[in-house]
Amino acid sequence: MRAMVYRGPYRVRVEEKAVPAIEHPDDAIVRVTRAAICGSDLHLYHGMMPDTRVGMTFGHEFIGEVYEVGPSVQNVRPGDRVMVPFNVFCGTCYYCARGLYSNCHNVNPNATAVGGIYGYSHTCGGYDGGQAEYVRVPFADVGPGLIPDWMDDDTAVLCTDALPTGYFGAQLGDIVEGDVVVVYGAGPVGLFAARSAWLMGAGRVIVVDHLDYRLAKAREFAHAETVMFTEHADLVRHLKHLTEGLGADVVIDAVGAEADGSVLQQVTAAKLKLQGGSPVALNWAIDTVRKGGTVSVIGAYGPLFSAVKFGDAMNKGLTLRMNQCPVKRQWPRLFEHIRNGYFKPSDVITHHVPLEHIAEGYHMFSAKLDNCIKPIVVPSEP
Amino acid sequence: MTYTPDKPPIAENSAALRARIPGWGADLDPADRPSVPRERFDPTFSGAHWEHPARQPEKWPRERSVEHTQLPPVFGTTCPPKALSGVIRRYAYATYSEGQAAHWVLLMVADRVDALESGLRSLLTLHPDNPITETGVLAEVSHHGLRSRLGHNRADLKHHWMDPFIVGAPWIGGGTVVYLLARRMRGRS
Repeated sequence: MRAMVYRGPYRVRVEEKAVPAIEHPDDAIVRVTRAAICGSDLHLYHGMMPDTRVGMTFGHEFIGEVYEVGPSVQNVRPGDRVMVPFNVFCGTCYYCARGLYSNCHNVNPNATAVGGIYGYSHTCGGYDGGQAEYVRVPFADVGPGLIPDWMDDDTAVLCTDALPTGYFGAQLGDIVEGDVVVVYGAGPVGLFAARSAWLMGAGRVIVVDHLDYRLAKAREFAHAETVMFTEHADLVRHLKHLTEGLGADVVIDAVGAEADGSVLQQVTAAKLKLQGGSPVALNWAIDTVRKGGTVSVIGAYGPLFSAVKFGDAMNKGLTLRMNQCPVKRQWPRLFEHIRNGYFKPSDVITHHVPLEHIAEGYHMFSAKLDNCIKPIVVPSEP
Repeated sequence: MTYTPDKPPIAENSAALRARIPGWGADLDPADRPSVPRERFDPTFSGAHWEHPARQPEKWPRERSVEHTQLPPVFGTTCPPKALSGVIRRYAYATYSEGQAAHWVLLMVADRVDALESGLRSLLTLHPDNPITETGVLAEVSHHGLRSRLGHNRADLKHHWMDPFIVGAPWIGGGTVVYLLARRMRGRS
């Protein structure tokens, strides 16, 4: 089969790989029909995630058709059209039994601090991902869900991570009616988080980024006010000014490890890898939320330490909430919202990239060329 | 306003927001939010038909965090550790817990060694690494590299000029070391 493979920082290519085999009785093999490149794939692509091995296939957002199932699989059959959450999870460990599927303890030998994620380094379990023609899907009875007939492929692939993560980020904020919500990052997850904040009763939603075309999308798609941080010498003061000195009730960090806005943080974290991530957005979040407010973190950071302004967080009495999204838990309610027309997720898709051109796709997305917001990878037809 | 008890008023009240924004307030009640409460004990929700999953065969001694008391029943099998990078990785997993920075720093070092080893190994194949096609840099032409950057006040422009040097530093440093070693060995012979 054809598959994207990592060749080292900033380098990927498409190679022939063996079609994955059933390795556990509850495995399925899925023929991929759509995959996506996620902003967090860029952390791997840039060499920021420890134990990212040359030869690995990335891709934790994908959908497809069940091609083969192991002997104990009961809930899906070959030919089923399925969407696969980015979390690999067993369904019955201590954490899964409590709905914390992203924290599953039965799927990642390499680390206890993180669950299993498809195509996301050995730190997240060493599973190949879905930017390929076929992918191994463990625990096929608990992970994948049948794609509803009314849902198109582009919507379905966004339901495997970006949309539920944004929706989850707004939930972590514990938003109450009339809250002022600031969202850092106008990428797909930030856009979905901003849109979700309204569902929870926000009174005002402000999205911050440095890319003008993404802020335009935030105004149109998420009905948000926008702030371009490069236009302000002191962003924190500007946001305090916008909120009459109080600060936001809830701030959502939808940026993560490669936040720009401080050359020092960018170079030491994203380029020199001396920190687990550049905490520019997180520090701005801590500084712009009001005292007693809530910071929700859905941006991804690496496992090394980062220079976070923790003293401010303590002195302000903040609640910091965060996690990888337990995707499958979000689906029933999210599907209702999509059917009701509250979300049209595919509006954030800007590019469809053939698998054979994935290197250009990664570069375009990484360098933010051509007004790219969300690139979808399309493997060749069988 | 911060110096008085009242919250600053917002420009639109809830009725206006409900009229303007489709779905406003649909999840106003926390009970409608799927991740509230954070933990909800329901082992049957996932569809699992096991209490403890069957074990996947371990085809090679699978490296694992010392914080795991046993090998989890299911794991990824791509890219087993090999060569010098594999030795470093196995050492990092066997020696240091996730709480020790040495664990992660060694894994990062192994990643750089892996890239170097794999690059050298590829030279012996019919499919050597190609920095032009693999970096996707041709997208600069096909996807408007200049037009995307200039005139948009992007924050990353401030460090663009130094990025290639920083990213290339390990390769330049490694090449320099190899060159100096080769020169020294030639001088001896």
